[in-house]
Amino acid sequence: MKTESSLNVGLFATCLVDLMRPSVGFATARLLEANGCNVHVPESQTCCGQPAYNAGDQADALVLAGNVISAFEVFDYVVVPSGSCAGMIKVHYPSLFKDNKDMLVRANAVAAKTYELTSFLSDVLQVVDTESEYSQKVAYHDSCAGLRELGIKEQPRKLMANVKGLKMRELDDAENCCGFGGLFSVKYPDISGKIVDDKVGCVEKSGADVLLGGDLGCLMNVAGRLQRRGSRIKVRHVAEVLAGMTDEVAPIGEVKLAKEG
Amino acid sequence: MSSRDEILGTIRKSLKQSALMPSSSSEIDARLTAHTKNTVPKRAHGDNEAQTTLFITEAERVNATTERLDSLDQLGEAVLRFLAGHNLPGCVKIAPHSLLKNVNWSKHPTLAVAQGPAVDTDQVSLSVAVTGVAETGTLVLHSGPESPITLNFLPDNHIVLLPQSQITGAYEEAWAMLREGAKGMPRAVNWVTGPSRSADIEQTLLLGAHGPRRLHILIYNDKKTR
Amino acid sequence: MESKTHKFPENVREGLANDKLQAALAKLGHGFPVKRLEAMSRLPEFEQLRDDAQAIKEHTLANLGDYLERYEAKVIESGGHVHWAADATQAREIILKICQDAGAKTVTKGKSMISEEIALNDYLDQNGVQPVETDLGEYIIQLRGEAPSHIIAPAIHLSKEQVEESFRKEHTQLPDDRNLEEPRALLEEARAMLRRKFIAADVGITGANMLIAETGTSMIVTNEGNGDLTQTLPKTHIAIASIEKVVPTLEDATTILRVLARSATGQESAVYNTFSTGPRRADDLDGPENYHVVLLDNGRSKILGGEFHDMLRCIRCSACLNHCPVYKAIGGHAYGWVYSGPMGAVLIPGLIGLADAHDLPSASTFCGKCEEVCPMRIPLPKLLRSWRQKGFEAGLGSVKTRSGLGLWAFLARHPALYRPLMNFAVGALSKFGAKGRFRSLPLAGGWTVVRDLAAPEERTFLSQWKGGKR
Repeated sequence: MKTESSLNVGLFATCLVDLMRPSVGFATARLLEANGCNVHVPESQTCCGQPAYNAGDQADALVLAGNVISAFEVFDYVVVPSGSCAGMIKVHYPSLFKDNKDMLVRANAVAAKTYELTSFLSDVLQVVDTESEYSQKVAYHDSCAGLRELGIKEQPRKLMANVKGLKMRELDDAENCCGFGGLFSVKYPDISGKIVDDKVGCVEKSGADVLLGGDLGCLMNVAGRLQRRGSRIKVRHVAEVLAGMTDEVAPIGEVKLAKEG
Repeated sequence: MSSRDEILGTIRKSLKQSALMPSSSSEIDARLTAHTKNTVPKRAHGDNEAQTTLFITEAERVNATTERLDSLDQLGEAVLRFLAGHNLPGCVKIAPHSLLKNVNWSKHPTLAVAQGPAVDTDQVSLSVAVTGVAETGTLVLHSGPESPITLNFLPDNHIVLLPQSQITGAYEEAWAMLREGAKGMPRAVNWVTGPSRSADIEQTLLLGAHGPRRLHILIYNDKKTR
Repeated sequence: MESKTHKFPENVREGLANDKLQAALAKLGHGFPVKRLEAMSRLPEFEQLRDDAQAIKEHTLANLGDYLERYEAKVIESGGHVHWAADATQAREIILKICQDAGAKTVTKGKSMISEEIALNDYLDQNGVQPVETDLGEYIIQLRGEAPSHIIAPAIHLSKEQVEESFRKEHTQLPDDRNLEEPRALLEEARAMLRRKFIAADVGITGANMLIAETGTSMIVTNEGNGDLTQTLPKTHIAIASIEKVVPTLEDATTILRVLARSATGQESAVYNTFSTGPRRADDLDGPENYHVVLLDNGRSKILGGEFHDMLRCIRCSACLNHCPVYKAIGGHAYGWVYSGPMGAVLIPGLIGLADAHDLPSASTFCGKCEEVCPMRIPLPKLLRSWRQKGFEAGLGSVKTRSGLGLWAFLARHPALYRPLMNFAVGALSKFGAKGRFRSLPLAGGWTVVRDLAAPEERTFLSQWKGGKR
């Protein structure tokens, strides 16, 4: 139910979600609306600027960051279904603008109200049960940015704990990088391939049938390697499970819709 | 310009151009004489008996062996036991230390004892520790006329006599002891924590690399308090 | 040491294809990191000690000139000599002269990364002084003519069979039929061979983990005891250290020692921590008669106070290497010079220039684990990113990537262009991805070389949302 006192949340979909897996954006919107938020999706959003920032292209990063700040500062909160993009806004935008007093104020303001999705649900909205069902053995990949920049570890687990039928299988070396690293995965594919092979080994060893996570880049990376190796393990963004959307969209990299939990 | 001037000049220039805040000369001098302790782990707190127990636990954790003696009179027998236990010949090179001077070695005719620095052929040495630091089971030895450094490193087997009253909790106490002695720094302060080891071949831990492969610590009750 | 950093892609291929290295790296990844966690769990004050250590170094670096001068005065007061070397050439010449003055034929060496940096061994060799590495790992790679592949475990890339092969080849005076199957046998043989060298050496050269200004003391940290034999038996001891190694007091050195071994190998303490001040005293019974300290700059004074200043806090513990997914995939040789892992990727460009070494800071996923484990709290990812910025501004790196990135950024800055173009692109891609993914996509850079790429939907999220889908 939307009332005047509902939170106005700006949904920053992220370029990967926008281009490669819209279902994550829809899942995010549904979760927010089901928990009392007015969801807004500013049309001007494109990219948070992280690829430019990490490549050392300061100039482009500043412009893109400025655009995001302008588009989103009007909202009560900014919610992002990605630890690395949320981290970019929350941790790196203030650093980007440290020499620009006016922008720094605005960057700090936006940073303070920007959250990764599971953290927003769990820490801010205090959601405990998303009332969804998913009878699968599930492993969860903690993306590095979410984990180390934003402290996201327990939040997705608390939410998954109340998904009916879901059985957790924690990964060995859970906090090891999956080898995505943004452009790293295409610039140094052989190194990336070795790192993701180790991660895939842990996923296979866990006994899980499904890998979930909060970052589409990592998930596409691991899914791509699993599939190249002929694995039957399915990969999804955790938002799809929490929003009860798993019947509507195939796992990453698949088209055939087999009924899952 | 000498290299010294060049290096110090570049250092000063680099610091000047930075946002770093230097301290004054007197602040630096003060820091160097104050010897302020940083965080000291609580694990080393306790009375002498507690610290002795902790010292033994930690030393044994790193493969030293230990034995407690009621008095210095038991030293000779303890050394003999060690030699017999490892099938070693009865020859020991001992430190010319005041604590060892009154030991009646002749009580043990099978034990040949010589004093001085170690040579390559010495298989067993006996030296005296200044202190044992309980926090990690670490022996502290100072070089000097009564304690040659080579005794600590050349022989395969190193026996160390440690007066119980000298056991301390934290490393900082060992430095305080040294400063109390007012003799300045010796050539070498050796902190020894267990026998020598290496894991350089296939990450396999092996004891006895270049230093001693056995470290045997004899803690004797000197019935004093520090 | 000659640098091969510019051959990074080739070095990486070699590392990835090296089965023995890969087995060693797998072992490393589950060894030191696990032990570090155990050691941390046993010391509740660990985080506080990291803060203390960082503060000590920050204070010292901000006053580096003053501390170096006070350190020097104390060394001289205790009967030692201090030599200042602006660069590798000067350092080598100073050390050679000391060796020549001592009439040295052989020189034993404790492990010193600085001595690799200045390529000391070859220089001594060429000038008639034979250097003998005594750290077991360093000895093995010296026999093989290899560079170290890890900053504290230099021979970690080798199997015991490779060590055996080297020993059989070099220790020709020993019987051919001896059994060298087990690491223990190899260790015993090395110990026996090096024993003679320790005793025969005219000069012993060590590095220094720290220099203590309060007392004019240099200290070394070893597990083997080789450093102590190196610096005690010969008549002359030379300690070579870079200028940022100085700390104010014995208490400060102690604090750093508490985080060093635990961060490196998970040991509570290294076996031997030795604090050396001056030569032997008049009434000492052993020890070197001459004590020389060589202070090396080699680029540090320029790094000081600048963008990469934080890197000078490094205590060479290797925690960042042991936790780095890239190091653990490619090994130390791939970095092409003395240092490796995240600290190598930050330090090497600072010492030899970015032009040759720009791949090193580029080849990181920014996972952040290095910063998490660094006992000195060095912001390694931030420093890597600073190098990337410099590289970008200098036009280094692949043209293809730069132009691709430039195009992406241009489009992203212009949403009105971005939206229709992206809709077109995803629409096109969605038609060509059979089974929902691509096995091969020329546009995708290196992605599809090693993994499939999920195919997108027909329209972007924004387009669908705008069209009313919820």
